[in-house]
Amino acid sequence: MSTPTASPTLGRHRQPVPEPSPTLRQKLFRAEGRLAPYAYVAPFFLLFLAFGLFPLVYTMWISFHRFELGSDPEWTGLDNYVWLFSNPKFYNALLKTVTIGVLSTVPQLLLALGLAHLLNYRMRARTAFRVSMIMPYATSVAASTLVFAQIFGRDGGLANWLLSLVGLDGLDWRNGDLSAQIAIAVIVTWRWTGYNALIYLAGMQSISTDLYEATALDGANRWQQFLHVTLPGLRPTILFTVVVSTIGATQLFGEPLLFGGVDGGALNQYQTLGLFMYQQGWGFGSLGRAATVAWVTFLLIVVLVLINTALARWRDRDPEGARR
Amino acid sequence: MSATGVREAALAAPTPVPVRRRRYRAPDAAGPLTYVLLVVTALLFVVPFYYMVVAASRPMAEMNTSPPPFLPGPDLWQNITTAVQQQAIGLSIVNSLIVSGVTTVGTLAFCTLAGYAFAKLRFRGEKPLFAITIGTLMIPPSLGVVPLYKLMSDWGLAGRLESVILPSLVGAFGVFFMRQYLVQTLPDELLEAAKVDGASQIRTVVSIVLPIARPGMAVLGMLTFMTSWNDFFWPVITLNSTMPTVQVALNNLGSGYVPDTAVIMAGTLVGTLPVIVVFLLLGRQIVSGIIAGAVKG
Repeated sequence: MSTPTASPTLGRHRQPVPEPSPTLRQKLFRAEGRLAPYAYVAPFFLLFLAFGLFPLVYTMWISFHRFELGSDPEWTGLDNYVWLFSNPKFYNALLKTVTIGVLSTVPQLLLALGLAHLLNYRMRARTAFRVSMIMPYATSVAASTLVFAQIFGRDGGLANWLLSLVGLDGLDWRNGDLSAQIAIAVIVTWRWTGYNALIYLAGMQSISTDLYEATALDGANRWQQFLHVTLPGLRPTILFTVVVSTIGATQLFGEPLLFGGVDGGALNQYQTLGLFMYQQGWGFGSLGRAATVAWVTFLLIVVLVLINTALARWRDRDPEGARR
Repeated sequence: MSATGVREAALAAPTPVPVRRRRYRAPDAAGPLTYVLLVVTALLFVVPFYYMVVAASRPMAEMNTSPPPFLPGPDLWQNITTAVQQQAIGLSIVNSLIVSGVTTVGTLAFCTLAGYAFAKLRFRGEKPLFAITIGTLMIPPSLGVVPLYKLMSDWGLAGRLESVILPSLVGAFGVFFMRQYLVQTLPDELLEAAKVDGASQIRTVVSIVLPIARPGMAVLGMLTFMTSWNDFFWPVITLNSTMPTVQVALNNLGSGYVPDTAVIMAGTLVGTLPVIVVFLLLGRQIVSGIIAGAVKG
């Protein structure tokens, strides 16, 4: 599908006018015009070089060193990587990151899709609904986690009280294994569902009406239209949200930290990779190991993004009825 | 033709009338079920805020009863005072205002200029440079924190607000956002006219680009302020409890040995209040900003 960005290119044809040799003033004027674009993009690239690209490369270099803060880095080759890949705590963190990631991303995106569909109807108080959807997005990780820690409290928490209403025993959410992961996934889902719903809504509004009309003529009902027009039309948007949510899930840090400290629970039940890195670097002071965790996490993200994109390409290959 | 003339002409020109096809699908009217589902969801999204107020206004012991209280109690002011004393919440709010304010101003200035260059100026290396800009969106922030921390320590900035401000003065999202906005709103004719009139690049930016970019800048400004106010990962690493932002203060409040939930909730309420106020005032624009910044199919 195309975006409505085509700007008219009127007046682009210029005719070279023969001129006398330019004065200094004219030369300066032209030089300004030629250099201006570079001056405009320079701040972004300078800051990106200093605080984006340089750290990226430097992280890899540090990961080959034994490096504690205040002392000089000492080259140790692959020692950090050997340590990491033979450390059960790393595999634990990897596993928890994956389970919490799946528990939060999948419901979040499915709910967002349904919500976007509802928000796309013509209705009263439309803006009020849309605004209430992203109140959670505007709330910080810290604030939302602290509130939910209260809601998931063992005694007198709202969640356990609701469970007791349907005759279930209360849970010790924070100290359980799966229960703590579910609680964290709920916080993530609460914060991001509405945001994703708005992104899907934007995507839905750029799908051409013709397709709906054509399928309606063919006798498709609402559900079939959703399956065969809306979903295929949203595919790029869905891929985008899947990639962004995947990256977000591998970065999960604030929620587990505030839920139960750097260990991620007494038995590391919810110690994510981000938390593990923080513990190594700023809990134990071993920045070399923290850098190693960061790099392995990054490679993991690259692999996940590649898999997602490949899956989308593969799905794209079987043409659905709605494509022209 | 003068620049304003062109602008008026551009504004007065009839937008192409859709003949048979409409761009947007005219959505059907919502049925009762849609309203019910949306009201329930809206409640789910808003109730935690209410619960925050309830928990912040009662003594801690009352929150541990079952059923938990559902109405606000009398202790709100007392709990807020305790929270403010415990973790320098007041200072942290000032710090967050400084960090978010400077970050927003920097982002607006740099991203608007870069967005304008990518949208309307043709220059050597434009395409690869823009590709790099978009590519940086994929780099997770946590990857660079170890060297960034070393850098800030070497420069003597660790623990200071500058260490949070500097890396976030500009962002790829902002550049992308402003480019999209200017591609759609800034007519080429206007720039041509300015050129014919002999306006320098700087003059063009000041008197043509900036006025047209202003609504987009307002949206980007709000989003940047919100993101910066809520930023957690890097501030928690680089700042300490003597110079916290709101989020760092909340983290310290939450990680005490004997957590007093009422005080924690009171601090959370105070730290969240500015965002809620911004939200009640500008929620509609924030929604349209998110929708505008979304990747469309």
